[in-house]
Amino acid sequence: MAADTPDAAADSGFGRVSRTKDVAFRLLALAATLVGIVSLAVLLANVAVDSIGWLDWQFLTSPPHPNPYEAGFLPALIGSIAIMLLIALITFPLGVGAAVYLEEYASDGYLTKFIQLNIANLAGVPSVVYGLLGLGLFVSLLNLGYGTVFVAAFTVALLILPIVIISAQEAIRAVPDSQRQASYGMGATKWQTIRNVVLPRAMPGIMTGTILALGRAIGETAPLIMIAAPTTVFGVPNSLFSKVSAMPLQIYNWASYPETEFQYGVVAAGVVTLLVVLLTINSIAIIIRNRYQQRT
Amino acid sequence: MSQPDFSHDGIRTARGRAFRYLFMLCALLSILTTVAILLTLLVDAIDFFAQVSFVEFLTGTRWSPTNDPVAFGVLPLISGTLIITVGAALVALPIGLLTAIYLSEYASERRRAYLKPALEVLAGVPTVVYGYFALVYVTPALDTVLPVELTTFNALSASIMVGIMIIPMVSSISEDAMSAVPDSLRQASYGLGATKFTVSTSVVVPAALSGIFSSFILALSRAIGETMIVAIAAGQTPRLIDVTDPAGLFTNSIQTMTAAMVQIGTGDLVGQGAAYKSLFAVGLTLFVITFVMNLISELVASRYREVYR
Repeated sequence: MAADTPDAAADSGFGRVSRTKDVAFRLLALAATLVGIVSLAVLLANVAVDSIGWLDWQFLTSPPHPNPYEAGFLPALIGSIAIMLLIALITFPLGVGAAVYLEEYASDGYLTKFIQLNIANLAGVPSVVYGLLGLGLFVSLLNLGYGTVFVAAFTVALLILPIVIISAQEAIRAVPDSQRQASYGMGATKWQTIRNVVLPRAMPGIMTGTILALGRAIGETAPLIMIAAPTTVFGVPNSLFSKVSAMPLQIYNWASYPETEFQYGVVAAGVVTLLVVLLTINSIAIIIRNRYQQRT
Repeated sequence: MSQPDFSHDGIRTARGRAFRYLFMLCALLSILTTVAILLTLLVDAIDFFAQVSFVEFLTGTRWSPTNDPVAFGVLPLISGTLIITVGAALVALPIGLLTAIYLSEYASERRRAYLKPALEVLAGVPTVVYGYFALVYVTPALDTVLPVELTTFNALSASIMVGIMIIPMVSSISEDAMSAVPDSLRQASYGLGATKFTVSTSVVVPAALSGIFSSFILALSRAIGETMIVAIAAGQTPRLIDVTDPAGLFTNSIQTMTAAMVQIGTGDLVGQGAAYKSLFAVGLTLFVITFVMNLISELVASRYREVYR
């Protein structure tokens, strides 16, 4: 056959490619898949080792301090949790409401397409731009104060809202249509069908998506910088309008300190704490998803 | 207008309609958010352009908002952003594409089940953590390995970290596009005696090209908007691309648009000055660039979704 000549094989894409090349490509692709995962694992191992001796009870229960041996994370930790709880209260009803409208009520018209495209675009807007939105809208226009819990939560809530909406839509879409038809067949109205059939069935998916979005919210730094949240506060926030810091902000602040004790000790402890909180949040989401999968 | 209907059914319908409008409001909130973003950016940016000419902003080659002599040329920031984006693309695009090929064509169901979530973790790590990694671990490590001298803050380690962060964006969207390629195409080329390598590179990748392209644009848009990694690890030295010293671009400190915004945001520039307002002008520039890219990505992606349905 003509394909036996090496030139013809090289020219046509379907010529004979050596087994070695096939195997080599397979290994290359596998290696590429592992590059990111392995480098992250190495970096995480580094930071975990560096945090040893620094991440202790004193660190978790003290306010920040210029002396690395007395520096603590408590105000940032509580600040992050406070902001996150408020974000959950804001994004959950709004996100689910928007998703229910888009999946259950909206017709396939241009308005729906426009809203959908708009949500996809919002999900891609850089977070630092949301910070400017918070600065212009909540701080300058509504005068809610620089860097307060309230402003921080609303700003980051707008940022993660598109993600919550998109994941809630997917959960609602996954409810089989036969269940809706059965509900209508029993004489239920649209709202009754949504409340009694669609939402309960979609809830585990909605919860998983929302919790994962909250995990993203807890790591957001740039928007908080833009609304002038202080990178270091020494007290735990005691009202919605007290100034608040957050774990990533405190880490950002510490990372700029030149001392080795901060660079390789205190910051590492902060990073590990942040990642542990993040991991806890994500595990909750995974547990919810798994329990739901087992039941169906 | 008809009489209000107070019968049982009437109340049910009224309540149903009330919920419908309530939910619609939630959905319309997303449009309001876009409008609010545009307005907040525009109002202050217009104020800024009343003090600094639009042409000077777009063509000026020096960015120095606070130090005398004050200058507001955005080009050095755009060129810093470009350096980071190119560096991140060199890391993320080939790795992400190969990852997508592996996951879609080679990996067994079981292997994919744990590789995919592991990859998603890359995008879930807070960027402030990546920035810290770049500054404290990657830069010293590269400095010992590479023959060239790296400064403490440099574009190289920052762009590598941004690249690693955006790998999952490339791989997951590309993989979706590859999975959407009908199996009949693969079977046909296997029938012609093709190996898996040929099927992957000559059939699946070309067929999924619009999806792959869309994932590239989206990932690059993320790299352009990425803030904390560059603010921590790339430094605050706005500089224009110097074609005579291409290596120096990566080994030295640069400043991106986002890092400049952080610098102004953490400064004590509250109020009305041009330096404070320049925040919004840079923000607007960033928003317009990423908006256009996201739109292109979305439009290209919706094309491949329709082709194989």
